Amino acid sequence: MSTTPLLLTRADLDRMIEILSERGYHVVGPTVRKQEHIISYGEISSTDDLPIGIGDEQEAARYRLVERGDGRLFGYVLTDTSPISFLLPSEAVVWSGKKSDNGFETAEMAAPPRLAFIGTRPCELAAVAIQDKVFLGNGHQDPTYAQRRAGTFFVSVDCTEPGGTCFCDSMGTGPGADGGFDIGLIEVLEGDDHYFVARSGSDEGAAVLSEVGGTPADDGRVAKAAAMVEAAAGEMGRTLDTEGLKEILAGSLDDPIWKELAGKCLTCANCTMVCPTCFCAAVENRTNLDATEAERVRRWDSCFNFEFSYIHGGPLRPSAAARYRQWMTHKLSSWVDQFGMLGCVGCGRCITWCPVGIDITANAAAIRARMEEKAHV
Amino acid sequence: MAPVPYEVVAKRRETYDTITLELDAPDGFEFRPGQFNMLYPFGIGESAISISGDPAKTDRIVHTIRNVGAVTAALHRLELGDYVGVRGPFGTAWPMEAAEGKDLVIVAGGIGIAPVRPAIYEALNQRERFDQFVLLYGARTPSDLVYQGEVKDWRSRFDAVVDVSVDSAGSDYRGSVGVVTRLIPNAPFDPDNAIAFVIGPEIMMRFTVTELRNRGVPRDQIYISMERNMQCAVGFCGHCQFGNLFVCHDGAVFNYDAVRSYLPVKEV
Repeated sequence: MSTTPLLLTRADLDRMIEILSERGYHVVGPTVRKQEHIISYGEISSTDDLPIGIGDEQEAARYRLVERGDGRLFGYVLTDTSPISFLLPSEAVVWSGKKSDNGFETAEMAAPPRLAFIGTRPCELAAVAIQDKVFLGNGHQDPTYAQRRAGTFFVSVDCTEPGGTCFCDSMGTGPGADGGFDIGLIEVLEGDDHYFVARSGSDEGAAVLSEVGGTPADDGRVAKAAAMVEAAAGEMGRTLDTEGLKEILAGSLDDPIWKELAGKCLTCANCTMVCPTCFCAAVENRTNLDATEAERVRRWDSCFNFEFSYIHGGPLRPSAAARYRQWMTHKLSSWVDQFGMLGCVGCGRCITWCPVGIDITANAAAIRARMEEKAHV
Repeated sequence: MAPVPYEVVAKRRETYDTITLELDAPDGFEFRPGQFNMLYPFGIGESAISISGDPAKTDRIVHTIRNVGAVTAALHRLELGDYVGVRGPFGTAWPMEAAEGKDLVIVAGGIGIAPVRPAIYEALNQRERFDQFVLLYGARTPSDLVYQGEVKDWRSRFDAVVDVSVDSAGSDYRGSVGVVTRLIPNAPFDPDNAIAFVIGPEIMMRFTVTELRNRGVPRDQIYISMERNMQCAVGFCGHCQFGNLFVCHDGAVFNYDAVRSYLPVKEV
C-alpha cells in the first residue's frame, strides 16, 4: 500500500475506470437519472457518466438537484441508495431446486458480477463494514452476501461539502475515510486547478493506482485537500449526541413519547429502503406452474410493514409507534448489543427521504430530554 | 444454507389440528432439546418447527405440527414416502446440564409441550440425573391435549409428578379444570433447588413465571422459550427480533433474566 499520495487528473480517473473494466469489474458510480431528478448509483463507462457540475440539496423530506456551475465530478452529497443495494439486492435468488425422485435437488448458483464502486462516501464504507459484521461476522456466514462482497472494489471520495441532513461527524464515520477503501480520493477544484489526491488502501488498490500512473502529490495540495475534509466536519447539517444514548433508548420502551414521535409516521418504509445498514429481508418461496421447480428469493422487507412481525394470530407490532420504536431503538441501541457497534452511520438518508420529514437526530434528542427530565423528577 | 430433503416415514394424528411427522435420518440427525428446524414443503414455504423427538434417537427427526397457516397446512398434507426439506437444527437448548441434581419443573401450555418433549424424554430416560421431576401441562380443552397416551405413561411412573389441567371442559370431563398456573402453588418441588422450563403462549408464560416467583424460584433458574416470526433462522432476516435479541440464535430458549425487561412491554 502506497504511503505517498498521488495526484490524479480527470483523465487519470478515466484510465482507472478502463483498468477496472479490463480487470473484470462492472464499474458503478453516481449517475444523474434525469427522469427521476436524482443522483443514483448506476453502471458507468467513463467520467462523462458522472454528475459533472450537478449538486443536490438535502433537507428533511426535501431533495433537489442543482446546477453547481462548476466542473466537479463529485459535487453532490449522497445518492438515494447506497452500494448496499448492490451487495444486498432488493431481490436475490438465494436458493433454487428441482423436484426429483428423492425429494428435490439443489441447483448450482451463478456467480454474481464483480463490482467496482467509484465515489463511495466514507459513511457508505462504514455501512459496508456494518453489513460485513451482520452477514459475515455474527456466527453464520451468508453465502449470497459473501460472494458479492468478496469481489468488490471501492474507490471512495471523501466529503468536503456535507449536506443538510448529514451527521457522519457525530457517528465517527466521516467526512474522511480511515479505511475500507481500495483507493481513497479527495476531489479539489480551485479555479482551473482540478485534481484528486489519491491513496491506496489495499494491495489491489495499489496495483490499480500504479497502473493508472499519476504524479506524486506536492505537500501543498495534499494539505489543502486534507484541510477541506477537516473543515467539512464542522459543516454538518445535523448532529446526534450518542453519549449514553444506547442506555437511554433501552430504558424508554414504555414511555408514551414514542406515540408522539411516531405520530406523523406513515409506516411507508422509505427510511428502511434508503438506509445503508437496514438488512431485514423477507424470504419468499416461488415455484413454476406445475411446482416442479422452485426458488427461494430474499426480498427487502421493513420493520415498518404491518406483516413484518406476523405470527399465527396476528402481527406483534400493530401500532406505528411500536414499529418506529423498533426501528430507532434497533439502530441506536440494541444494535450495539447485537453487533458491538451502532447501526447508524449518520448519512441522513432516512431524514431526506421521509415523506413527512421525521428526523432521527431530533427524535434522539427529544427522547434524551424526556428521559433526563424523568430521572430528575 | 440449503434445505436437505428427508422422507416422511410416519405420520400420526395427535388432535383435530395437530399431527406428528417422523422423518427418516439414515445418516443421523443430532440436536439438543429445545432446538428447532426450518421445514420446507417443496415450493410452498418454510416454517420454524421445534423438534419434538427423543434426542437419543438420532435416526428419526420428529416434529409435531399444528395446522395454522399455508406452510403448516402443506406439512399436514404430506403422506408417507413424501419428502420435506429440512434446515437445522437451530437455536439454543433447554439447559439439561444446569438442571442436574435439581428439581426439574416443566410447565407447558398447549402445543408448547412439543418443543419441551425432548427434555422430558431425556429427563425420564436419565432420571437419576435429576431430583424431583414435575410436569405441569395445560391446554385449552381436553381435545387440545396432545401426546395423550404418553402423558398417561408418564403419569403412571412413581418417580415423576405429572399433572394436567384444561382451561375449560364439558361436564363429562373428570380431570382438573383451570389454567395451568393454578397447579404451581401445590406442586411438589423445592423452590430453593428447582429449575423451571416454561413454554406456551406468552401470556401463560408471564403468569407462570409470576407463580414460580411466588413460590420462591429464583429468576435465573427460570427458562422460557419464545416464538417470533422466523424466515431465515440464522440472524439475517431480522423478523424474530425481540428487543436486543434474535430469537432464532439467541433463543428460542432464554434465561428469564435476558427477556424479563421486554416481556411486560407491549408490541416489542
